[in-house]
Amino acid sequence: MKLVATYLIGLVFGLGIALSGMINPAKVLNFFDIAGTWDPSLAFVMGGALIVTAIGYRLAFRRGRPVLDRTFHLPKASAIDARLVGGSMIFGLGWGIAGFCPGGALPALGTGRGEVLLFVAALVAGILVTRAVLDRRAAAPRRA
Amino acid sequence: MTSFTPFASLAGGALIGLAAVLLMTLAGRVFGATGVLTGAFLPTGPGDRGWRLALLAGMVTAPLLWRLFAGAMPALSVPVGPLALAIGGLLVGVGVTLGGGCTSGHGVCGMARLSPRSIVATLTFLATAIVTVYVIRHVIGVQP
Repeated sequence: MKLVATYLIGLVFGLGIALSGMINPAKVLNFFDIAGTWDPSLAFVMGGALIVTAIGYRLAFRRGRPVLDRTFHLPKASAIDARLVGGSMIFGLGWGIAGFCPGGALPALGTGRGEVLLFVAALVAGILVTRAVLDRRAAAPRRA
Repeated sequence: MTSFTPFASLAGGALIGLAAVLLMTLAGRVFGATGVLTGAFLPTGPGDRGWRLALLAGMVTAPLLWRLFAGAMPALSVPVGPLALAIGGLLVGVGVTLGGGCTSGHGVCGMARLSPRSIVATLTFLATAIVTVYVIRHVIGVQP
């Protein structure tokens, strides 16, 4: 039940990514190219997604608990620190170089294009290596 | 050059928002592509991997459903070479892991909850991507 529901939700997300143009790196890079071939479309993607999510989340939280789970699993981190800002800068740098973000690239995999596979392989490598370094640091005793 | 598509982008954004709202309402989970992908490789506990894989399967099969109705895959053109895709993918993977999220997690779900962390992250990665594309296309002069 939960797996069928989440599969369908992934499908809705992927169709949204395709329809919106977020699946297309040429369009994403043109959105960033304000001084050149600017295509403002992606501001509308963010706008549409934010309006629906802001209203829908309020309704979801009003229920007190999700339909298929006991509690909502919301992110607990609240610190605005160098890791948040530095990480987001590194993400923005990579996004500007390649034109794919994770949510755009995963549905794009379904087109079967080799370029997408290359990006996603590098993405997964970056995630797993960083996770391993962070976990090792968290486990190691602090040096004085 | 990509054409300005305000209506398709707004509707696609609304679908992305709908997916985020459904995932929260049903499973109590934030729809962050980074978190979903990371957890599929490194689940946080028993029963944590299945829904992620189902969600990813939905995302990846979306272009196939699109082709069934539209007759062709969604428009996707990659204006950068394999080296840029590999370096960009690595940087995105490192950045989203350090920064704790990407466009969907911070930019849609976090912003919709008015999370200060997500607002800072989103402004940072958007600004960095814009500067990156400006430098690549207009300072270094690499045109797609």
